[in-house]
Amino acid sequence: MKNKSPGKIIGIGMNYFVLTVVSVVMLVPFLWMLSTSLKEPSKIFVFPPELIPSPLRLENYTEVLSNTPFHLFYWNSLYIAILVTIGTVLFASIAGYAFARIPFKGRNLVFLLLLSTMMIPNEVTSIPMFLFMRFLGFINTHVPLIVLPIFGAGGIFGVFVMRQFFLGIPKELEEAAMIDGCSRWRIYWSIMLPLAKPAIATLTIFTFLTSWNDFYDPLIFLNDRELMTLPLALSLFTDEAGTAWHHLMSASVMATLPLLIVFFFAQKQFIEGVSMTGMKD
Amino acid sequence: MESNMNAPLSPEQRKTKTRSNPFHREANVTGWLFVSPMALGFLVLLLGPLLLAFYMSLTDWPLLGEPTFVGLDNYKAIFQDEEFWTVVGNTFTFAAGLVPMNIVLALGLALLLARKLPGIGIFRTAIFVPVMTSLIVWAIVWKYLFATDTGFINQILQLFGITGPAWLYNPQLAMPVVIVTSVLKNVGLNMVLFIAALQQVPVHLYEAARIDGAGRARQFFQITVPMISPTIFLTTLLTIIGSLKVFGQIYVMTQGGPGDSTKVLVYYIWEKAFKNFEFGYASALAFVLFFIIFVFTLLQWQYRKRWVFHEE
Repeated sequence: MKNKSPGKIIGIGMNYFVLTVVSVVMLVPFLWMLSTSLKEPSKIFVFPPELIPSPLRLENYTEVLSNTPFHLFYWNSLYIAILVTIGTVLFASIAGYAFARIPFKGRNLVFLLLLSTMMIPNEVTSIPMFLFMRFLGFINTHVPLIVLPIFGAGGIFGVFVMRQFFLGIPKELEEAAMIDGCSRWRIYWSIMLPLAKPAIATLTIFTFLTSWNDFYDPLIFLNDRELMTLPLALSLFTDEAGTAWHHLMSASVMATLPLLIVFFFAQKQFIEGVSMTGMKD
Repeated sequence: MESNMNAPLSPEQRKTKTRSNPFHREANVTGWLFVSPMALGFLVLLLGPLLLAFYMSLTDWPLLGEPTFVGLDNYKAIFQDEEFWTVVGNTFTFAAGLVPMNIVLALGLALLLARKLPGIGIFRTAIFVPVMTSLIVWAIVWKYLFATDTGFINQILQLFGITGPAWLYNPQLAMPVVIVTSVLKNVGLNMVLFIAALQQVPVHLYEAARIDGAGRARQFFQITVPMISPTIFLTTLLTIIGSLKVFGQIYVMTQGGPGDSTKVLVYYIWEKAFKNFEFGYASALAFVLFFIIFVFTLLQWQYRKRWVFHEE
């Protein structure tokens, strides 16, 4: 491997070239978003475009924060995503453990039923769900946004991930605990759950991300501005007459940045998690 | 460790073992207890609504007032609805444009990124970052980049003396723009899955092929593709199903326009249900979508046996 032929070096050079071009295309939207978020309104459409605006207009950020209930959008997105994630991990891991390890009657049938619903488009059930939630008085509240993902497609996906993981843990561990008189719950809680950290990490990131970025459900269930989550609130910015791009972009930066920072630190885990869950079944 | 205890049991032994094992008696109760939250949620929040949705699709169900049973009228109306056929056509156009582009690009990038070269992590991250981003933010920014006179794309074209078109206001161009931006958004996900698959192909296969004098292209088509075919199958299936449900980027970038040129099935369902409050008709439309997705899943499933080489 040490003596690389000229052909190989050119090949590797081409690799880097192609990758650089694609990566730049992927990052242009972010650079543009960041750059515009710091521009004066009059400078946004200046030709040729300036990448680094001068002067930097940080007021775009403070104006968004003071003109809109942006802290509320943030808080709504955050606490909903946290509750959805906790609920999903908890219920999915309990069920996943049972499907993997407890040989109860009807197990395969129930599992098959859950599996089959993965194919049902969300849009089919969202219409009756809207009426059901209206009947219960939950329209324009966060209840549907928290409960539906936990037990809906996201939750079922979680059951698969967790089941698959538990299937891979040696049975001997459990059998030893059972002989010592451990209850199923204790086996799940004190032995299996701590072992499942990688699967839980994956599911956590996945669920949090899905909830944080969800658009369709908030669009259907929410009306009041104060209740909106970030994606929905941002989409409303664009409708307003003569879109204030500098404000919209600083709002988008604020909505995106925390996730990108987390991703930057958790990327290895996350990309591995994606390939892990994608490869299973 | 390799004692008799691990030896497989004969059928009779297994039977008696099952009967005498106290854990199997409690297993039924505990098992059901453990899955009951998910099962209950499934009944109330998925199965119930699904059945109700089917019933609704057989009614005229307004926002306020009493629903009336109309049998299959909604389904008949759908097939006579010209807009429906346009919308289905657009949905298939979107999928037909997006899926091959996404799979080919994802596989190509994965081939470049599966090798261990210095700095490769940076590229993987750059291509994966859009997957993390909110679809809405992504769509908003691209809508802006494709703006008619002042957008970044047209400004760049201007540098070369080209007057760019009104991308999103041109019925011929709006759909391709939405497709390309959607590919860029999600290609990283399939790419990561392909990287994982490529890394599991045994190296000795390539070594053997090289000794036999197989070139790069032959190695790719006769080793790589067959070995990763389960992943190709899976990603293609998921990408098709995902693309048939496209909504967010359409909602933000074009609102189905110009004209009806980018109005896709889910957008149409949403419009009928939550803008016009024709819940019966919208439910019937949703079942048509369900049916289309179902057919694709079955087709893929059947087809899989022919071209997927190994399955776990």
